[in-house]
Amino acid sequence: MTASVFFGCTFIAFGPAISLFLFTIARDPLRVIFLIAGAFFWLVSLLLSSLVWFIAVQISNKENASVQKGLLIFGVVLSVLLQETFRFGYYKLLKRANEGLMALSQEDAMPISIRQLAYVSGLGFGFMSGAFSVVNILADSLGPGTVGIHGDSQHYFVSSAFMTMAIILLHMFWGVVFFDACEKKRWWAVVIVVLSHLLVSCLSFLNPQYEGSLIPAYVVMCVMGMWAFSSAGGSLRNLKLCLTCRDKDFLLANHRPR
Amino acid sequence: MPWRFDAFEAYKFCAAVPSVHRRTIASVPRYFHTLVASRTTHLGTLTPLRLVTSAHRCPIASVPRCFNTLSASSLLNITFMNTSGSEEEFCNERTSLMTTESPPLSSYHVETGISSLEDTQTKARCPITNESNNREARHEGVSVERDSTADSEDEEMSLKYGAKHVIMLFVPVTLCMIVVIATIKSVSFYTEKGGQLIYTPFTEDTTSVGQRLLNSVLNTLIMISVIVVMTIFLVVLYKYRCYKFIHGWLILSSLMLLFWFSFMYLGEVFKTYNVAMDYPTLALVIWNFGAVGMVCIHWKGPLQLQQAYLIMISALMALVFIKYLPEWSAWVILGAISVYDLIAVLCPKGPLRMLVETAQERNEPIFPALIYSSAMIWMVGMTEHSAVQQPSHQETNSDEEVGQSHHDNTEDNRNMVVPETEVHGAQSRTTSAVELEEERGIKLGLGDFIFYSVLVGKASATASGDWNTTLACFVAILIGLCLTLLLLAIFKKALPALPISITFGLVFYFSTDNLVRPFMDNLAAHQFYI
Repeated sequence: MTASVFFGCTFIAFGPAISLFLFTIARDPLRVIFLIAGAFFWLVSLLLSSLVWFIAVQISNKENASVQKGLLIFGVVLSVLLQETFRFGYYKLLKRANEGLMALSQEDAMPISIRQLAYVSGLGFGFMSGAFSVVNILADSLGPGTVGIHGDSQHYFVSSAFMTMAIILLHMFWGVVFFDACEKKRWWAVVIVVLSHLLVSCLSFLNPQYEGSLIPAYVVMCVMGMWAFSSAGGSLRNLKLCLTCRDKDFLLANHRPR
Repeated sequence: MPWRFDAFEAYKFCAAVPSVHRRTIASVPRYFHTLVASRTTHLGTLTPLRLVTSAHRCPIASVPRCFNTLSASSLLNITFMNTSGSEEEFCNERTSLMTTESPPLSSYHVETGISSLEDTQTKARCPITNESNNREARHEGVSVERDSTADSEDEEMSLKYGAKHVIMLFVPVTLCMIVVIATIKSVSFYTEKGGQLIYTPFTEDTTSVGQRLLNSVLNTLIMISVIVVMTIFLVVLYKYRCYKFIHGWLILSSLMLLFWFSFMYLGEVFKTYNVAMDYPTLALVIWNFGAVGMVCIHWKGPLQLQQAYLIMISALMALVFIKYLPEWSAWVILGAISVYDLIAVLCPKGPLRMLVETAQERNEPIFPALIYSSAMIWMVGMTEHSAVQQPSHQETNSDEEVGQSHHDNTEDNRNMVVPETEVHGAQSRTTSAVELEEERGIKLGLGDFIFYSVLVGKASATASGDWNTTLACFVAILIGLCLTLLLLAIFKKALPALPISITFGLVFYFSTDNLVRPFMDNLAAHQFYI
């Protein structure tokens, strides 16, 4: 419960996301706007699910702990479904806006491609989701206190940070896969995305047995990462070329000498 | 560092009127508007011209409001309970220097169609005076065809530029909010109850909820009526050309803000961090801070320093509001001021609208009230008819902008400006050729900064949900700003900037605080993740 815990957990949770933002998004104003819009959509979905949960809690028996827990689980599932619905809604909105713009401008090239939008919106969802999950915890970690004094897990902060990082990256991967699946009308892929989101959230019910929740979450994250990579056009060959700095297209596009 | 002064000097030398700019600038305030496509206007207008005329459409809404609160407070600040006079944002009429440089993207106002403005310009052929405005107006009136065929190309570029301008507004608004939030969270002075402003005389320490609500509504009524009265007073002053009075007022207000409020702020920060500071050092620091601020804001100064000062004084102002407005009154006032903004800007007889129209008739920039202005690169291009290349003087905001050359968007019948011409003086900057899409500035009234920051600051000060609520309000305000600019592009008429952002902010504040917070707290307690 010191500054080191605070900084450590902050960088664990937000490090990859912030570096992604700084290196790929911050330079392009259009992407920043869509990122913030994605965050907003996630926020609205959370609002709706909280509203439903709140109403359910108000009309239920507040004394009964198991009922409350059940309602919370219901809230989680509902929230996941609403998030994915809003992701779909955002996709539809972006498609319509893009089409409108294209029709108006009579140009072939869109200012921002649907793949970039998928990445950016996924990251927006991830940022907001991660922020809402962990910022209060981080703020508490600055202050005085003892972790797990009542017998809870000692690893609360670190595990929260790792879980948040996984969630943020997962949202980004889900965004890419989701949009790609919607573009190609592969509804089974959309269903898989939703199911994997549900899986990761439901795995968190196993907390504080972090082995049960963190490790599978990371496994899912790696799988989704690979899927997102391949659906975005990546392949082993591309990866190799990129890593050995022999990717001509990329270098050319970025005006960098080999 | 290039100063604004250079821009002015350059302008004086740019006799030719590059058509380029006309389109550019013309489209600046309406960058989304395809109507604006003046890419192919043949006669040019001098960039500053356009900028100035655009400046006429500067954020009117913020001017009077800030002015009202300013005037009201400065008149009454001695009677405040705590010696901190509430210095409202003050309107400052910058010289044409300022206005020439950046076209205001008034988040409030963009006059209806460039065509209407054009007409005003063509009609108003003012004789040349020393006022750059008039000179510009004359040039301005020269040509005004819009070529709609270039609309399509404009559309995409407009989107990119639109996006850039939105970001140019996002950054300062975010910075201001961050300063306010950081202060609220660390310096406890601004969250302690320390009395109330004279405009909110009713206390909220009442026993019943109904009484408290009533008191806050009454406070709001008083505050809003003060603002309305001041707005009308300002319009009257402006109509009768009492410029000196207004100038004096503004200078007095900025003096108070830069010296007194920052002294208080510094004092509180030192108290919080237990820093020992002697008076001579403090006096030196405050004196330097204030003097440089006065110079930067009211005269000439490096752009970024000026922007920083404006952000700082907006933050200071917002902090004062956060401290002295009682809780419920603050929320009701925020709501009421958005409604007022809506009415004042959209109604035909609204004071703000009258102010704008008066300024347009006179072809003057309306008080560049304390207006935040961003980037100021503008380029002088070549006209169709003259083969002379005018030197361009740029003040780049960032190299990025300079480097952008949208060669693919070049006009066929347009000559590009060749960069690297140096203008008299050491402070020239070369710019890369190109066009139109250069950096044009955006102006946003400080009233907006202040009220956005008040909302976010109050959210972080009073919400029990802490950071989630603050984050939600922050995102809501940014999205509101984005939507406002989008609406501006779609409707192409004057729109107030506060309502959408403040509405979103309020909705998200109350819903996050009451609905989301318990949900997230429960989730965090069990470590469930959604």
